[in-house]
Amino acid sequence: MNAQAKIHLDRVVKKYPGSKVPAVEELTLDIPEGEILVLVGPSGCGKSTTLRLINRMIEPSGGRILLDGEDVTKANPDKLRRRIGYVIQQVGLFPHHTIADNIATIPKMLKWDKKRITERVDYLLDTVGLPPEQYRDRYPRELSGGQAQRVGVARALGADPDIMLMDEPFGAIDPITRERLQNEFLRLQEEMHKTIVFVTHDIDEAIKMGDRIAILGERSTIRQYDTPERILAYPVDDFVNDFIGNGSTIKGLNFLQVSSLRLSDYPALRESESAAAGLNLLQEKGRDWLVVLDGEGRPVRWASQEQLGQAGTGDMRGVGVEVGDHLKDENTLFEALELMVQSAAGRTCVVDDAGQFQGIVDMGHLNKAIRTAQSEARRHYEELEANA
Amino acid sequence: MEALSSWFTYVSANIDYIWESTLAHARISLIAVALATVFSITLGVIVQRRPLARTIVLTAAGILLTIPSLALFALFIPVFGIGNTPAIAALYLYAILPILRNTVTGLDSVSPAVVESARGMGLSTWQQLVKVRLPLAWPVIMTGIRVATLLTVGITAIAVLVGGDGLGTYVQSALTRNGLPNATEQLYVGVVFTVALGLVLDLVLAVVQRFTTAKGLRL
Repeated sequence: MNAQAKIHLDRVVKKYPGSKVPAVEELTLDIPEGEILVLVGPSGCGKSTTLRLINRMIEPSGGRILLDGEDVTKANPDKLRRRIGYVIQQVGLFPHHTIADNIATIPKMLKWDKKRITERVDYLLDTVGLPPEQYRDRYPRELSGGQAQRVGVARALGADPDIMLMDEPFGAIDPITRERLQNEFLRLQEEMHKTIVFVTHDIDEAIKMGDRIAILGERSTIRQYDTPERILAYPVDDFVNDFIGNGSTIKGLNFLQVSSLRLSDYPALRESESAAAGLNLLQEKGRDWLVVLDGEGRPVRWASQEQLGQAGTGDMRGVGVEVGDHLKDENTLFEALELMVQSAAGRTCVVDDAGQFQGIVDMGHLNKAIRTAQSEARRHYEELEANA
Repeated sequence: MEALSSWFTYVSANIDYIWESTLAHARISLIAVALATVFSITLGVIVQRRPLARTIVLTAAGILLTIPSLALFALFIPVFGIGNTPAIAALYLYAILPILRNTVTGLDSVSPAVVESARGMGLSTWQQLVKVRLPLAWPVIMTGIRVATLLTVGITAIAVLVGGDGLGTYVQSALTRNGLPNATEQLYVGVVFTVALGLVLDLVLAVVQRFTTAKGLRL
């Protein structure tokens, strides 16, 4: 058992009476403290059942559940649930209570004093981006789907639980609002460091939200359990590969940053230099495109050999085509790819914080970065196998 | 016109007795409905999630309504003797169905997601019932109570036949004295005051319903 595991499932089984095959078969799983673990899998694989076993909304038929090393398999389920935040797709706000009373549900059961509850409610409303003075006294039916789930999250955070269980929390929300909620939630999690188990059937959401992902097959068996980077770089079998679907390699670019690349030396000249000097440099380096810099050393245009040839004897002002957006160290290679395919030169410029030209990223860089990630992931799995 | 003015003359001459009968009528009806409310809500909560028990109980309550009212009143005479008690017992049985059915329907209408989240937050079964399920089912249950009240006020007129009080006395007197002076006036006292009582009680309950329904549920 992992020492820092906040939640530990030990050979947990769920078998429904009258059914020959178990819904969850001997599941052993460690969930590290302060991380988001995403359970993802095709519908009917038992991922929701697994989630609901943790707060014993569904009673396990066998095995043990440990929170902080404490066996809660036989603990009072109501008291257990008050320690665990629970968010569901349909939200389930109490329609007869105000937003404030909804959020105060657990603090009230825990008999917090009034002042503390009021402060907590206002704090949480602020946290989820709903101004308290505007929303406190409203009723759930006055909220949009996105707002309702914000309140759902605030309510789950009511008594500041260490653990949150989220069952497709953003599944019923329109794509634009969903993306916003996902981003806000990730930002929130950076401050909160809750231990979160998150269920979804959407692999893209899993990749985005998860510190780790468990891809589940039938009867909730774990097909692969790893970081999103490694799953994308090295799907262990056809099941995982099919589930991740097309474009997994490109999705993997999201996890690599421009700063990880070694930028090669690339010809660049200030636009005050002559076109002839530019042409010479290109021929000397054996390149097709020159980066034209402005007076401050910022990349402004791509100039091809042909364009430089036509420019005649003057300097390079106005020669070539716009470079478009630049990359910085913290950008991902996915963003690099996006800029690259839009660029006339098929490359994209990297600049430092001052906007000064640092080098370029081209397809070769991406190719190399991906192959490195893949071989690292493969080596990791080979080591695991060798140690097993 | 002449009939109307003679009716008003009769009413104003006998207003004290009529008022007394109306109050007795209201008392009999309301006691029956109150007893049926407590019983039906309890039973409804117990059977709502048990398909077999629920079918049995709802069918039984339905059958009770089909027993001819006169017979049902008479059936209780051997048990309670004559007077208001057998009448209240019979009315109580009639009032069960509307309240029971609406309790079950009201609890059915509570969103499963709301109950799921209540459970997920650690509300005990009792807290889920008292703090979530019943408050949400309440408008529907209250509607059942209002239907039961209207039904009961109408049938209470029969109480007189088992020795009970109420506005039925005027109807009975009109029937036995058919053709004699004031018989028609008495008949209309029975009809008009029973209907008026029903309307007033329904109005009172509508106000109660409004103020006992959580603000977030009001339309």
